[in-house]
Amino acid sequence: MTAFPFSAIVGQDDMKRAMVLTAVDPSIGGVLVFGDRGTGKSTAVRGLAALLPPIMAVPGCPVNSPTYAECPQWADVDEAEPFAVPTPVVDLPLGVTEDRVTGALDIEKALTQGEKAFQAGLLARANRGYLYIDEVNLLEDHIVDLLLDVAQTGENVVEREGMSIRHPARFVLVGSGNPEEGELRPQLLDRFGLSVDVQSPKDIGTRVEVIRRRDDFERNPAAFLHAWELEDSDTRDQIISARELLPQVITPPAVLERCAALCLALGSDGLRGELTLLKAGRALAAFEGRKKMTEAHVAEVATSALRHRLRRDPLDEAGSGTRVNRVVEEVLGA
Amino acid sequence: MIDPAQRWGQALLALKLLALEPRLGGIVVRARAGPVRDRWLDALARLSMPARKVPLNISDDQLFGGLDLAATLTAGREVRSKGLLENASLLIVPMAERMEPGLAARLGQALDDGNQCLIALDEGAEESEGLPQALRDRLAFHIDLDEIACGDAVTGFGTLPEPEIVSSFETDIRAIAELAQSLGVRSTRATIHCLWAARAHAALHRRRSVRPEDIEAAAILALAPRATRIPEPLSEDNSAPEETQETDTQDADEGARLEIPKELLLDAVRAVLPTDILAQVAARRARKGAKGLGAGSKRVSNRRGRPLPSRAGRLDTKARLDLVATLRAAAPWQRIRKELVDRSRPVEIRGSDIRLKRFEEKSDRLLVFAVDASGSAALARLAEAKGAIELLLAEAYARRDHVALVSFRGAQAEVLLPPTRSLVQTKRRLAALPGGGGTPLAAGIEAATLIALQGKARGMTPTLVLLTDGRANVALDGEADRKRAAADASHMARAALAQGIEGLVIDVGKRPERALRTLAETMDATYVPMPRANAEKLSAAVTGALD
Repeated sequence: MTAFPFSAIVGQDDMKRAMVLTAVDPSIGGVLVFGDRGTGKSTAVRGLAALLPPIMAVPGCPVNSPTYAECPQWADVDEAEPFAVPTPVVDLPLGVTEDRVTGALDIEKALTQGEKAFQAGLLARANRGYLYIDEVNLLEDHIVDLLLDVAQTGENVVEREGMSIRHPARFVLVGSGNPEEGELRPQLLDRFGLSVDVQSPKDIGTRVEVIRRRDDFERNPAAFLHAWELEDSDTRDQIISARELLPQVITPPAVLERCAALCLALGSDGLRGELTLLKAGRALAAFEGRKKMTEAHVAEVATSALRHRLRRDPLDEAGSGTRVNRVVEEVLGA
Repeated sequence: MIDPAQRWGQALLALKLLALEPRLGGIVVRARAGPVRDRWLDALARLSMPARKVPLNISDDQLFGGLDLAATLTAGREVRSKGLLENASLLIVPMAERMEPGLAARLGQALDDGNQCLIALDEGAEESEGLPQALRDRLAFHIDLDEIACGDAVTGFGTLPEPEIVSSFETDIRAIAELAQSLGVRSTRATIHCLWAARAHAALHRRRSVRPEDIEAAAILALAPRATRIPEPLSEDNSAPEETQETDTQDADEGARLEIPKELLLDAVRAVLPTDILAQVAARRARKGAKGLGAGSKRVSNRRGRPLPSRAGRLDTKARLDLVATLRAAAPWQRIRKELVDRSRPVEIRGSDIRLKRFEEKSDRLLVFAVDASGSAALARLAEAKGAIELLLAEAYARRDHVALVSFRGAQAEVLLPPTRSLVQTKRRLAALPGGGGTPLAAGIEAATLIALQGKARGMTPTLVLLTDGRANVALDGEADRKRAAADASHMARAALAQGIEGLVIDVGKRPERALRTLAETMDATYVPMPRANAEKLSAAVTGALD
């Protein structure tokens, strides 16, 4: 099944930009997409997989190690040259068991060969790539705790069934969900670097365009992909050059100060807000091919970087996005 | 509303369209098991795809394929089972209203990949029961067979034409998008389904291009059940036709296309909209709320909780083996089995002996009492309310419920007791509760809602119990203004409802207060008037309403 091309998604610029930024700088720490059903959340993530530049990985390595030396011992990988593979995008279904996430004793080997071996889980497969959780707000608590822990340390430690195994698990979390069906705990919210709200298009023209493109794609996927290939590869090239440019991007002290002032004015908890704001702004600057981050970059990413870090007011119907926008205007508009 | 025979025709039509266009995903059928549903299901056999039943407790191994543990054990070599999703098939899910979000997500993903079609048999009795939204949105048609009598379901399936390529134009897409907009259908998936359904409908009538009647039929099936509002007869029509004409002139060279009369389309769809659409939207919201984290006060689990009797089943990665029960089940057969196979093994265990552990998980309940301690309520009622709460506390203690206490009087509300299980503490605070002053009802509801939300975040199931005479006279900002106080109170009640908090409103006034009844309706809460409330009666009312 071919994925719908990322560039062909109509509108939803916030979501697309947030995903591209995490591709430029994975340390931003993930994207949370909240919104109505059927707004292209899953489509965007699956399209992103096709868009991302390939990574070099040793074939057969369960954690996609870049060199043979880094392959974990337990995996028993044959020595081979690293090979370009697509960036892994792993789906974490709801109701997944802990065993599947962390990995567990390979029952098959244990039974058939009498051997104690480790069967790698989803976290291993997502290493150096993306971990996508649809309906993240409905995920069971103990799985959420586990993900938090691994996302923070970048390492998965399994101590069970007489095994002691650790392997790197650095991934970008992408979560999506519909807030009407359940809230996400603030602890997990905070782990996501960026958060975007998606809404169904309101005007007829956009809706027509959405249907038309989707229909074209379903009727003739090959031709549709071909038509959008150029734009997808443009974005890919832009991401690659932005990654190279990123270390050179400088941040003037005045801009830093504005970041801090913004977070202070919003009263966001902790310092993760400032850091994310900085990283996202820098990634945006690099994506635009600039070597200097400006206030405009901060303003553009502020809503998605800070929206989910405010103390929530459950009775505020307007949503925290509006609050952030207002403060951004106050602090940066002056 | 339309008559049953017509509905039956539409139910069959949905099936035919799905047969012609499998990308429509599938159908949600709301019906109890019965002859009408059976007749409808018989028609499924006419579809070219093989039908497979999906039980709700299906394991990942069965869905995606995996090691067949029982077979491997007996055979002594690796035996793999094939997953249900490996082949393109028509999946039939009975009792779909009880599906867990996890299975819904997996099936939804399978539908996205495009090989499967799904028929969800929703047997829900209550409005609040139903298929998880994530899956519901991916199925194009929602049909209801409940009001169709056996005698109405007479027409047969007929024959299907060969699928043909049907062309559609920009104007068709635009008409569908506009229709979706005016019906308040938010999902773009539904509009795409509608387009495909229209095309399938044209193919069904052996036409090469889509005509207005195709769109009409498709919209009735795919858009109408998702409508969130009854469209107004188009008043701002002045601007709309101009636009349509513009596009028409653009499309003129695509062939002389009929302009699709939007009014007619709307009328057609409006005719099938149920009259109680708003009530249904509310029920849908209730259903959403019920599926949230920590909801569901009771559920069977295989990991934690109070142990339940173990049960026969298949061993997979999710389940836990109940070893003792398994041995016990195998014990009576040992002699026979040993005679049949070699005697060297100490115990002969077969797949059918395997017993799995089950547990019952219970999320704690949190009762948030919001007590009106204002002057008007205080005189006679406060003492009774206190007595009732004490009785409830004793019961809560027995059931290990958590209790929180909020009182409101004068200008503001006060949290007397955050969620606790301590009976002594609650009693002490309650006894010391003073009375007098105005009635800041809105502030009281706000404070109680906040506590309930905190409890919810910690995995408890909160219930808000509001004891008041409903004579709100202090607004949210502490000013004495009867009108604004009432407005604020109903605003807060709506907020509580939006957060999906269950409520119970007890009117402790001398006479039942109409405003309070309205407020209870706003909150979607049970209203219990207690003009002569005494503690026992009140307690009985609350326990009755809660259970």
